[in-house]
Amino acid sequence: MSTEEENQTVFDVAAASMLTKELRDVFASGKTRSYEWRISQLKSMIKMCEEHEEDIADALHQDLSKPKLESIVYEITMLKNSCALAIKELKRWMMPEKAKTSLLTFPSSAEIVSEPLGAVLIISAWNYPFLLSLDPLVGAISAGNTMVLKPSELSPATSTLLAKLLPEYLDVSSIKVVEGAVSETSALLEQKWDKIFYTGNGRVGRIVMAAAAKHLTPVVLELGGKSPVVVDSGIDLQACISPDYIITTKDYADKLVDSLKKELETFYGENPLESKDISRIVSSNHFSRLTKLLDDDKVSGKIVYGGERDEANLKIAPTILLDVPRDSLIMKEEIFGPLLPILIVSKIEDSWDVINSGTKPLAAYLFTNNKKLKEQFVMSVSAGGVTINDIAMHLAIHTLPFGGVGESGTGSYHGIFSFDAFSHKKAVLYRSFMGDAALRYPPYTLGKIRLMKALMTSNLWTILRALLGLS
Amino acid sequence: MRSLCVEPFQNFSVVDTGARRTLTYCSPWKTNHKHEAVLFPPPSRPIRKTLCICLSSSSKLPVMMEEEKKTFDANETALLVKELNESFRTGKTKSYEWRVSQLKSIEKMVVEREKDIYEALYKDLSKPEFEAFVSEIAMVKSSCKEALKELKHWMKPEKAKTSMETYPSSAEIVSEPLGAVLVISTWNYPFALSVKPVIGAITAGNATVLKPSEIAPATSSLLSKLFEEYLDRSAVRVVEGDVPQTTALLEQKWDKNIFTQVLNFNTPNIVHLSLHTRYNCGRSPRVGRIIMTAAAKHLTPVVLELGGKCPAVIDSDVDLQVTARRIIGGKWQVNNGQACISVDYIITTKDFAPKLIDALRKGIEECFGTDPMESKDISRIVSSNHFSRLQSLMDEYKVYNKIVVGGQRNQKELKIAPTIFLDVPGDSQLMQEEIFGPLLPIITVENVKDSIDLINSKPKPLAAYLFTNNDKLKNYFVQSVSSGGMAINDTVLHVTVSSLPFGGVGESGMGSYHGKFSFDAFSHKKAVLYRSFSGDSSVRYPPYTPEKQKLIKAVMNGGIFNIILALMGWSRD
Repeated sequence: MSTEEENQTVFDVAAASMLTKELRDVFASGKTRSYEWRISQLKSMIKMCEEHEEDIADALHQDLSKPKLESIVYEITMLKNSCALAIKELKRWMMPEKAKTSLLTFPSSAEIVSEPLGAVLIISAWNYPFLLSLDPLVGAISAGNTMVLKPSELSPATSTLLAKLLPEYLDVSSIKVVEGAVSETSALLEQKWDKIFYTGNGRVGRIVMAAAAKHLTPVVLELGGKSPVVVDSGIDLQACISPDYIITTKDYADKLVDSLKKELETFYGENPLESKDISRIVSSNHFSRLTKLLDDDKVSGKIVYGGERDEANLKIAPTILLDVPRDSLIMKEEIFGPLLPILIVSKIEDSWDVINSGTKPLAAYLFTNNKKLKEQFVMSVSAGGVTINDIAMHLAIHTLPFGGVGESGTGSYHGIFSFDAFSHKKAVLYRSFMGDAALRYPPYTLGKIRLMKALMTSNLWTILRALLGLS
Repeated sequence: MRSLCVEPFQNFSVVDTGARRTLTYCSPWKTNHKHEAVLFPPPSRPIRKTLCICLSSSSKLPVMMEEEKKTFDANETALLVKELNESFRTGKTKSYEWRVSQLKSIEKMVVEREKDIYEALYKDLSKPEFEAFVSEIAMVKSSCKEALKELKHWMKPEKAKTSMETYPSSAEIVSEPLGAVLVISTWNYPFALSVKPVIGAITAGNATVLKPSEIAPATSSLLSKLFEEYLDRSAVRVVEGDVPQTTALLEQKWDKNIFTQVLNFNTPNIVHLSLHTRYNCGRSPRVGRIIMTAAAKHLTPVVLELGGKCPAVIDSDVDLQVTARRIIGGKWQVNNGQACISVDYIITTKDFAPKLIDALRKGIEECFGTDPMESKDISRIVSSNHFSRLQSLMDEYKVYNKIVVGGQRNQKELKIAPTIFLDVPGDSQLMQEEIFGPLLPIITVENVKDSIDLINSKPKPLAAYLFTNNDKLKNYFVQSVSSGGMAINDTVLHVTVSSLPFGGVGESGMGSYHGKFSFDAFSHKKAVLYRSFSGDSSVRYPPYTPEKQKLIKAVMNGGIFNIILALMGWSRD
């Protein structure tokens, strides 16, 4: 506790500037560039996960009452998988990529070299406070950068744990943790970084990008957005966890609601507020935001399931709202909680327009057995990612980039995309001293112009004619 | 506010302070330095919300004034953007056929109007036809050709491997257009740097607005005319103009009052290729920063193609004649040094410098004759403003006596001869700012390896060049020098290789384009996972029993034993 207080009083712009200077010096020494350093850090991270699984799960429980299985599956194991993949693939990722060269530059060879950017800043979010902090770190380490992690202050237990564990396991000279809230974040944002990776909401995303603009720092913004689920009729209803809202047809809506009710009962029992398997709302602020959404006049009569809340324990039961109007509060902002509104359209294709009339979501889901609908959905709905017939599983696949578009963010990560997000792709052309034609240089005679034109349009016949002086 | 833009003011600037935006002007009788001081009183403080665009070009401005009478303002821009968004919504720009038809039209435009393009380029920059062909016409043509050849392949969704956890499933990465995009280009290659990004935007299926540079007015108005004639007006547009126009364009996604507009303009990708404006304000606020700040308000991703001081390191074991020629090629042959990837300064060893200078002198004479001021094969300086900027670089007391080659100038014709300086001090203006003209300082070091520290002590350049026969030095250079791109034993040529991404890093920009990279720059890579309804394991869902925890942990950790367990999970219960 005392160290935290100390941090909070000491960490200002001057401290932040000292910190970046230190990181730049370390980066300049070249140590983070070596393959060995990167591997050793990744291995340490796996070790950290293994040795402190309990502590991590505890911290997550403290912050969010997160059930242990959820913590293990969605946070710890996914992180370990990320590290393992990076360890396995790093040599290949680091290898320069050969590029084809053209007749124009003959004889030559070309390659694209991935180089680290320098000092990067990672600001993470509270909903998966462990994974969303360390998964970007895996990318920054694999790419050979030095870095600062600023975990979310809204999940204080995890933040404190990260500040304790990272220096224990990782190279403290090149990987730093700065705890804190707005003032610490602002102090960090004042500095010049070589990349800023932010996970959170669009409002702060704008602030981060504007701060980055001052130093021409590129950003990755992982934001949210209302992720829709479109449910076609006649599908096997089993798998729905936490989408933002559902769109379905009129005749199918009742069936869907019944099925959801049944599922929720088997998941959480008769009284969901008592269930251990449901996370609580992160803070009283968020709790009151959610109740405001529920109490909106336009939707208060639309609750068909749930609606119970327990302010003292910050719990809200899974709640379904049927046929909410599109201009209601709940349809205007990202819900980020256990409320599930259902929109009704007359035919399923109408949902494309409903989705496209809003801002682009991070993810869009479609449940259908109809192949044509699938194709249409993929082609016409713009979203960060799309999953057909499941929820959120696309983020478990490391061969797919994970990231938003438009309001849901910019840039992506996971697997090799994380490595790329923290690398600069340097184009390198190698030439020898041979093959230098006088053609390239002034004085420009008519013949030279002709030959060059022929060469650059690669028309063999014209080249010959120009060489023979015929054209 | 725009009424301020009347003839007496030769320089004016937009000072943006977030919500409060004002146009001020910079008095022409003040030097650039004073002017900078006027705008930024405490130079030590970081520039926060006050940003400035200063544009000027004495002789050209009156022309622009006439143009401005058309007053392309925020309302008009709003309409334009709305129109483009509507076209985009119809889905027509997404079709393969539309993209191909537009690309073919660009090809046709270049073939049919080649002469007009040369003419405009000559008017703006006295660009020799050979240069115009190689670096503008041919570049655009080959971009079109490649895009036409590869487009089907680029548009095809890319299959991605799926893992055990999501079995049975298939995954792919779908490239989709972003929406309405804005391309702001610059004056040094006013044709190629305008059309090439537009080609990228079209191949990716976007609706596009191009804002060419007002500093190359002939090319700007030609582009506006040609686009109207050859391309689909409903989805590809040119907006000509000056600072107010650019501001109006940026305002578009910036003004919160027109909320639907903001929504509709979903993800404009701004490609910015501007270098020119920075000089008038010294080294501080680049337009790139302004663009990015404006873009931040709408979370719009940007590609910024900027510049930087591109070094060339010359080892002593090189083929001297070839090296000298290739430096000449990468300096005076690219728009007389007015190119973002032209050689800005040379670093070589003390002993080798005299030999190199001799070779360069000889090479310059071979290329441009005994009096380079008379040569038709070299471009002029773009404007009198840039001319006087270059002049003040030459006349600085720290460097004026270091000239070893050239030095002639003609203010009336805006010509400066190829000029080489030897051993200029590091704190001279010449070594502090991007030269962007025919001046070439040579810095000498004891050991060629020292050059790497010197380069790394400066902001990351757009390109770095090394001439050597030493493989070890080559590797070391590639590993330790950070720059947008590199050419070893040549200059500039890496730009012509379309399989290489072209773009900067750090101060030289972000994002890249050329070839497939252009397509990618204007596309969103949408991750798509297809699942069937079989293979849904109840393990994933609450209530979470200890058995479930064990099983799911095992599955996620992989391994054959775990797969057996997983299979048990899939046998539905």
